[in-house]
Amino acid sequence: MSKKSFRQAINEALRDEMRRDPRVILMGEDVAGGMGAAGEQDAWGGPLGVTKGLMPEFGRERVLDTPISESAFVGAAVGAAATGLRPVADLMFIDFMGVCFDQILNQAAKLRYMFGGKATVPVVIRTMFGAGFRAASQHSQGLYPVFAHIPGLKVVVPSSPYEAKGLMTQAIRDDDPVIFCEHKAMYDDQEEVPDEPYAIAFGEANVSREGEDVTIVAIGRMVKFANEVADKLEKQGISCTVIDPRTVSPLDQDTIIESVEETGRLVVVDEASPRCGMASDIAAMVAQNAFKALKAPVKMVTPPHTPVPFSPALEDIYVPGPSQIEAAVRAVME
Amino acid sequence: MAGEVTALTMPKWGLAMTEGKVVAWNVEEGAQVAAGQGIVEVETEKITNVCEAPVSGVLRKRVAGAGDTLAVGALMGVIADASVSGNEIERFIQEFRADTAGAAATEGEALRTSSVTVGGRPIRYLKMGEAGEVPVLLIHGLGGDLNNWLFNQPALAQKHTVYALDLPGHGGSTKEVGSGDVGAMTAAVIGFLDALGVERVHLVGHSLGGAIALNAALEHPRRAATVTLISPAGLGTEVNVSYIEGFIQAERRKEMKAVLGRLFANPETVSNEMINNVLKYKRLEGVTAALGTIAAAIFRDNKQALVLRDRLAEVTVPVQVIWGKQDSVIPPSQAVALPAAISVHLLSGAGHMAHLEQPQEVNKLIERLVASA
Repeated sequence: MSKKSFRQAINEALRDEMRRDPRVILMGEDVAGGMGAAGEQDAWGGPLGVTKGLMPEFGRERVLDTPISESAFVGAAVGAAATGLRPVADLMFIDFMGVCFDQILNQAAKLRYMFGGKATVPVVIRTMFGAGFRAASQHSQGLYPVFAHIPGLKVVVPSSPYEAKGLMTQAIRDDDPVIFCEHKAMYDDQEEVPDEPYAIAFGEANVSREGEDVTIVAIGRMVKFANEVADKLEKQGISCTVIDPRTVSPLDQDTIIESVEETGRLVVVDEASPRCGMASDIAAMVAQNAFKALKAPVKMVTPPHTPVPFSPALEDIYVPGPSQIEAAVRAVME
Repeated sequence: MAGEVTALTMPKWGLAMTEGKVVAWNVEEGAQVAAGQGIVEVETEKITNVCEAPVSGVLRKRVAGAGDTLAVGALMGVIADASVSGNEIERFIQEFRADTAGAAATEGEALRTSSVTVGGRPIRYLKMGEAGEVPVLLIHGLGGDLNNWLFNQPALAQKHTVYALDLPGHGGSTKEVGSGDVGAMTAAVIGFLDALGVERVHLVGHSLGGAIALNAALEHPRRAATVTLISPAGLGTEVNVSYIEGFIQAERRKEMKAVLGRLFANPETVSNEMINNVLKYKRLEGVTAALGTIAAAIFRDNKQALVLRDRLAEVTVPVQVIWGKQDSVIPPSQAVALPAAISVHLLSGAGHMAHLEQPQEVNKLIERLVASA
């Protein structure tokens, strides 16, 4: 056990699973180096260095650089999964889903169902999401609820290095297509991560704080902010439960409902757009199942329903942070 | 000693503790306190416990109030003789704060486990304290780890060198357990002492660790100075196998919370962090298999496979048995009718984890037996 970054944690899970199972392969832009050019071996390790060091160990047979054509290599990954491999494809930015969506929504998500369970598609699509990176509207969105909307996909949004390693291990071992959403501002976050392999089950939320007054459900990078707020408010006499669903599909509804039944107050923090997002989904689910327990209206903390602004000043206001979460908790306590 | 001023500081219970919250003071300012008296309740993310007065004297000042959160090593209160002036107390507080403003934060990080290789495989341990001739060795039970001794190891380390280890299959040690029986575990413990070059120890074992401690004292009599058995296995056949099975099978938070509650007289003792730590341990590759191998080796037909009760008299060093009266995993009735030389202590307000639920009492009993040797 030692301190590891979010980046290292995912790298370790990929390495462990590639050692364990020869069917696991990686594909994506620059995951092995530069496009086959001499002297460009393992130069990048993917856009943010997550796959660095894997090509030298496993070779270009299993770590494949692809052309800049998401529709081609995501489709190839889905086909390879349906015919016996366990590919991990790197979609770089989640915003690029648009160019390869049929492969995901109509092929990967449907095959097992339409073949009566006789086919499986054990593909993992890694992808970066999130604002705060000064990367403008086409490289900053939090589109994971779009995937969560589609039955047949599993959608993971890890909140820390420990979570990322265990959830990636599970994603690779899972027989269904998994969309693995990494927040691009978290790669240098550090915490204690075991050296051994371990898998974290899908559909089971992590309860990082247990309190009596307010339930905060937070996703991805927002979990860290929610824990900070919970720590601060604890000292001021407001005690919060913080729930990280880990996977937005499947969603651990029971843990959320049971907690709201105890606290009677809910704040949902989601970096995705507010309309048809995880916050509205979870708020509706609680309203339907625990309405009688609620002592105050549910509060949603989300960005406004706009594209992510390129102006740094506007982008900083756009992303929810600790102060918005604290204000929401105080509001439901009134 | 007249004129001496002693700081009562936020203790460090367990590897991960960096801060604690003062829940309540049990004594007023100006009251006489005795060394070892529990005077302030402190809550951590893991658990709530009573912090003891380090020396006898008058509690002159409660520096931290109920509800305050302090870093490990920060000043909670001041104990001094009544003859020390109020000004001197104030000066002590100012100087203490100036000296330790930075140090408190680093103390919160300072505890580090180590690892030795035993039979080619890693065994993780935590060493605390440097005093005393014969060290104390703490051996946890099935599914536990060295953190189970968080309230005992720091207290015992004031007068002794204290080792706590992770048995094979547990914590940060190897997940390969061999046959998984008490003999294999005993061999690992003796191998651990050999690797560290430690000749003799005061053995303290809980539950399965109790059976291992007793077996070690029987098989390697020269290695044991005293033996303290807390809710030990190995003294009778009866055991609550449904608890063991529940622990091994529980994968979800809710199930684990219910299972862990059965370990304590007061199930509220189970904190969110305790549950999360056990779940983290159980997720590690090889752990479920290791626990299954151990359980299959130490239980047969829902009973304990190894009973050493008839051999207790062979142990020539002092032995004591400590048992929580509300233990629902191994019945405290197994402490009845032991050889007369063995002292038996049944503790109220404790279940299977007396060392966590009644740490002051357990620490006192261990100190007393160690001192008698």
